Amino acid sequence: MPKMNLTHFEAAFLFSLFTSVVLGVVTKRTDRDRLQYGLYVFVCFFVALFGLGWLMYFGHG
Amino acid sequence: MATEKEPKSPASSVGALAPVLALGWLIPGAGHLLLKRTGRGVLLLLAVTGMFACGLMMRGAMFQPQSGDLLTTVINTGGFLGDIASGLLYLLSVWLGYNQPDMAGHVHDYGTKFLVTAGLLNVLALVDAFEIAAGRKD
Repeated sequence: MPKMNLTHFEAAFLFSLFTSVVLGVVTKRTDRDRLQYGLYVFVCFFVALFGLGWLMYFGHG
Repeated sequence: MATEKEPKSPASSVGALAPVLALGWLIPGAGHLLLKRTGRGVLLLLAVTGMFACGLMMRGAMFQPQSGDLLTTVINTGGFLGDIASGLLYLLSVWLGYNQPDMAGHVHDYGTKFLVTAGLLNVLALVDAFEIAAGRKD
């Protein structure tokens, strides 16, 4: 089996992508709402990713 | 006296729900496919299987139930339940010897989380399939 060597960013990107798809599909009732919610969750993951990244950067001194 | 009829649900008996839940657990998205929600079923199949495959390729570890202090028990048993929720993906990877020992490193750590999260996402898909089968959702 091939081995994947990912950076933190790549791993977080894949995690956000797969999770957003599932949350979008199972949460809402119309296709339009599902697409919007999936994109919203994906953006939220990225805001949290960069926000926490900068927080750790400044917190570390 | 006229009585109002309750709205008929497409499948409310255990006999009708069980195949949807069993198939949905074994193959991610198959519950939706059985209920003719093809597009959503395929998306769930790709997302859950993709996440599980990435976890395996990152050499993530599978949890085994362990007893000990409370935290050890909760983490390992919870992780095991999360792993096994992936159904056939988990069973095949264990039977074929793809389960890895726990190793240090951020990639392996991400892989372990990917494997557990794939199972948890499959649980969400199962709940959705159940609601569709019970007539609570389109």
